[in-house]
Amino acid sequence: METMSGLQGALGGVLIGLSATLLMALLGRIAGISGILSGLIFDRGGDSLWRLAFLLGLVSGPGLLMLSGLDWGNVAGDDAALIGTPASGSTTMLVAGLLVGLGTGLGSGCTSGHGVCGLARLSPRSMAATLVFVLVAMLTVYVSRHMLEGAV
Amino acid sequence: MKVLAGYLAGLLFGLGLAISGMTDPARVIGFLDVAGSWDPTLIFVLGGAVVTTFSGYRLVWRRPAPLLETRFQLPTRRDLDVRLLGGAAFFGIGWGLSGYCPGPAVASLPGLSWPLLMFLVAMMSGWWLARRGE
Repeated sequence: METMSGLQGALGGVLIGLSATLLMALLGRIAGISGILSGLIFDRGGDSLWRLAFLLGLVSGPGLLMLSGLDWGNVAGDDAALIGTPASGSTTMLVAGLLVGLGTGLGSGCTSGHGVCGLARLSPRSMAATLVFVLVAMLTVYVSRHMLEGAV
Repeated sequence: MKVLAGYLAGLLFGLGLAISGMTDPARVIGFLDVAGSWDPTLIFVLGGAVVTTFSGYRLVWRRPAPLLETRFQLPTRRDLDVRLLGGAAFFGIGWGLSGYCPGPAVASLPGLSWPLLMFLVAMMSGWWLARRGE
């Protein structure tokens, strides 16, 4: 069971890597989700069409798997599900979403742009950013799950 | 062709997120929860993605330019600043609170719920705010 989830993780990771490679090979762009999507919403210029197409592709990946009825998901404790349920209520999600948007906007990237593409480019900025957001996220989980115990 | 390229890259990315289980915030929080019952899945996802991208980029960069554009657009800065590290810290708090980063949040749209919708709207507001400060 645990081995299977690790294997699915690695396979999914390879697909994400192929996506990043394809975007670089064809369009010469970094596959950073926060950059692509915030650019789609707020930038005007020649990039809107491929960014919109990327967004449709991103959503249709899990969407097509759901429609096809393939249980290829890796949701913890539910083999048939492809998409997990949010663990927090709307208020926490509102605060978290704002921090994720503000943080990835100011820090010029998220898990994909810094974590995947940046580490693969051996960029010092991305390595530092990835180290910071992973450690701060671990600390946040520690405080909210073990010190405040479900208060958040 | 550029639109097709964008769609295919997005599709692969979305399939990767769903198959790896990153569309499940419980998996992500399980990885971040080092003091709880630790879930290593995210390490395999990140490892698979970084190794593939590292190799793929080096193959791709043997050519002078991408196939459908005139040049590669890569970040050139190498210095660290408060904006980068402070932004990463804000992002880390939000990621830890919810278990969602931007990719999985958007890829989870086929299973939309109220909390997820709140997250997505707030995330777009955050992007807007970050741009206002420029």
